[in-house]
Amino acid sequence: MSTTTSTTEDIRIRTLDNGIVVAVQSMPWLRTAAFSLCLRGGVNAESQSNAGLASMVCEMVERGAGEYSSRDLVAVQDNLGMDRSSNVATSTVSFGAAMPAESLQPALAIYADIVRRPHLPSDQLEDARLMAMQELRAIEDEPTQRVMLRLRKLQYGERLGRSQQGTQPSIMAITQDDVREFYTEHYHAGGAILAVAGKLNPDDVFSWAAEQFGDWKMGQVVPAAEMTGKPSYEHIESPSSQTHIGFSFNAIPFGHPDYFKMRAAVGILSDGMSSRLFDRVREQRGLCYTVSAGCQSLEKVGAVFGYAGTTPERAQQTLDVTLGEFARLTEDLTVDELDRWKVRIQSNLIMEQESSASRSSSIVSDFFQIGRVYSMVELENIIESLTLSEIADYWNSHQPKDFRIVTLGPDPLKA
Amino acid sequence: MAQFRTHTLSNGLRVAAEIDHRCYSTAIGYFVHAGARNETDRESGLSHFLEHMMFKGTATRTAADVNRQLDELGGNSNAYTSEEQTVYYATVLPKFQDRLVDLLTDMLSPSLAKDDFDTERQVILEEIAKYEDQPPFGAFERVMEIYYGPRGLGRRVLGTKESIESMRVEAMQDFFNRRYRPENIVMAATGNVDFDGLIASLETLTQSWPDRPKPAAPPSDDPSSLPEGIAIDANLEIEDASQAYLVRIHRGPSMASEDRYASRILASILGDEGGSRLFWELIDTGRAETATAWPQEFADSGAWFSYLVCEPEKLKSNAKLMEGVMTRTANDGVTTEELEQAKNKAMARCIMQSERPSNRLFSVGSRYLTQQNYVSTDELLERFKSIDEQMIGRVAKEYLLESPTQVIASATSVEA
Repeated sequence: MSTTTSTTEDIRIRTLDNGIVVAVQSMPWLRTAAFSLCLRGGVNAESQSNAGLASMVCEMVERGAGEYSSRDLVAVQDNLGMDRSSNVATSTVSFGAAMPAESLQPALAIYADIVRRPHLPSDQLEDARLMAMQELRAIEDEPTQRVMLRLRKLQYGERLGRSQQGTQPSIMAITQDDVREFYTEHYHAGGAILAVAGKLNPDDVFSWAAEQFGDWKMGQVVPAAEMTGKPSYEHIESPSSQTHIGFSFNAIPFGHPDYFKMRAAVGILSDGMSSRLFDRVREQRGLCYTVSAGCQSLEKVGAVFGYAGTTPERAQQTLDVTLGEFARLTEDLTVDELDRWKVRIQSNLIMEQESSASRSSSIVSDFFQIGRVYSMVELENIIESLTLSEIADYWNSHQPKDFRIVTLGPDPLKA
Repeated sequence: MAQFRTHTLSNGLRVAAEIDHRCYSTAIGYFVHAGARNETDRESGLSHFLEHMMFKGTATRTAADVNRQLDELGGNSNAYTSEEQTVYYATVLPKFQDRLVDLLTDMLSPSLAKDDFDTERQVILEEIAKYEDQPPFGAFERVMEIYYGPRGLGRRVLGTKESIESMRVEAMQDFFNRRYRPENIVMAATGNVDFDGLIASLETLTQSWPDRPKPAAPPSDDPSSLPEGIAIDANLEIEDASQAYLVRIHRGPSMASEDRYASRILASILGDEGGSRLFWELIDTGRAETATAWPQEFADSGAWFSYLVCEPEKLKSNAKLMEGVMTRTANDGVTTEELEQAKNKAMARCIMQSERPSNRLFSVGSRYLTQQNYVSTDELLERFKSIDEQMIGRVAKEYLLESPTQVIASATSVEA
């Protein structure tokens, strides 16, 4: 059954013969278990014209599978106490659930039905299409989302930065054949990862996983699209109460040797109430209620995204002060700032042990990005060993530049 | 097995803790009986504004010290204000308990300096502007204002642009001294808590709290007038909105009512996302973006909300479908299968929530502040388990047939 086995602390990993990776962590102090199943049927696998298809397929596979109708599926999962989610991202589609530990085995069997034996009922395609259209209209009413979705395209380029929701014309054009074809080509064991964490016996989980997924067909993974984004400024005119400002710039992805230096720098800028942006933009100047920045990692590239919302008359100052903090970061860096960030990350790592769901999703995301899983001790060591001068050196030699900026509000800004 | 302990300090401050030494974290919060319903017209928004000012420094700490020291404890800290309470909380590693208690307790004796007050006023105005841009564009506040009247439970938590712009720091000082008294406050703690250590530090740290001046009550409002900045039109015109938003409200069970558990299960059968009567009728079919219903419990009152979001031209027909679901449920009750499914889901959710002290803190703290009692996870599980079809049928008849108050937010005038 297994071709490789590696052990890091209490995380055990096996790769089944068809390539699916199964990573299991036992957390015997919990009453729950959770899994996260990540496949390569994300936005990246869509054709040029089929924007929104990955999301539509993700919706359709849950409309009946195996011996269950759409309603039976919901009933059986509710009765098992499964708190479930599904998510389409740039390179992946993932399904997950947290539940009382005793439900884990039947839950895995149900998800094997969903991803391997969906009915894809053609008489429900119109309903799924209308749902997708509802989502597009919902976004129209959310200024922050509109800004950030547009910004993603400017950052990564139209193809790599494509949103999971598609557009009205692309959603209207999706056919039943498109759904079947996408499902057949992109739902398979190739590149798939199943992470399971919680109150469980790892040997049991490996044998359940082998039973449910061990004979799943293999398949090709579509390579990631190229990043083609360029620096630019766009304004979306709107009679909104606030001017919503989004900005981004190129960075490195999780897994890059310098990643944690950059992550710490962005953390000093934006994590917590004593962070630079919160303190200097909001607390000292009262310019806005929300201001933040964060790192995002795709398969091969990374970026930093930021947001601030403020009334139109103060928007220019908010943008200038916010970007100024990025430029000035290393001028007055202190070791206290770094220490606070370290305590925050370390506390979060320890508290992650209280949740099987957050462990299973961390395991999947580690494995997807770097092909292995960081143990808690390993991460703690990396964080602990970071020094102020490493962070400053990194930032000084990779100063944020080539900003992409999107604003939404009554008037454009000077950017 | 978690252990529940309480203690009342010599100054009247109550402490309630659900202790489980197996947890990796300790969650601690001050639950203060100060919310929008305790404000007068001129004080509208003060509870929430004051919540922001608690982070602005004390006699021994600057604002920067407060924020920095909170961050030094790692974990997550924040605060929120509702109609009935203001809550300051944080979740940290157990080794930081003493430092956190010292800091949170000091924060609750704020400086309330004039210049900080003026800077923070801008942040509050930004917060109001932010919510004006977000769906459903103030429709929840509006429907509460119409249903309860614009005062009491119907008073908006953020206040109005007008009330915030004209707010004076002296009014805030008086409000603080009136509401932030030991007898009005509960300190709640969950998870890996050192209870004896907690009581010992609180006795010392809150010793001076009863010495706060006792200002006279503010002049009462003229009930025949509308507070400044408040309108009670049932239609909100939102330029550019692409969807229409319908919010309805009618009577529901309070936090003290025995109907509350059955009501929560009924709401799950009616309106849960991903599989409920409203979901199958309106969401799964793509007719609406949102169609749901839920009971909101206040200390001595309760409200049932229903919420529908869809294209403006479909609002009328969808609202009719929604009413149909509610009426049928009231008349015919629910099936055994639906009930079992909803109970299993609710019980699983309880078990999952119980694993994180940060999740348990709010139910333990709010309940002890407003009802002076405690419901353990096991009791909650028993309560859900004992619900039968008759109980659901009775609660559905009791609450779902009431005629609601409603508000519609949309770009053009539409009917429901």
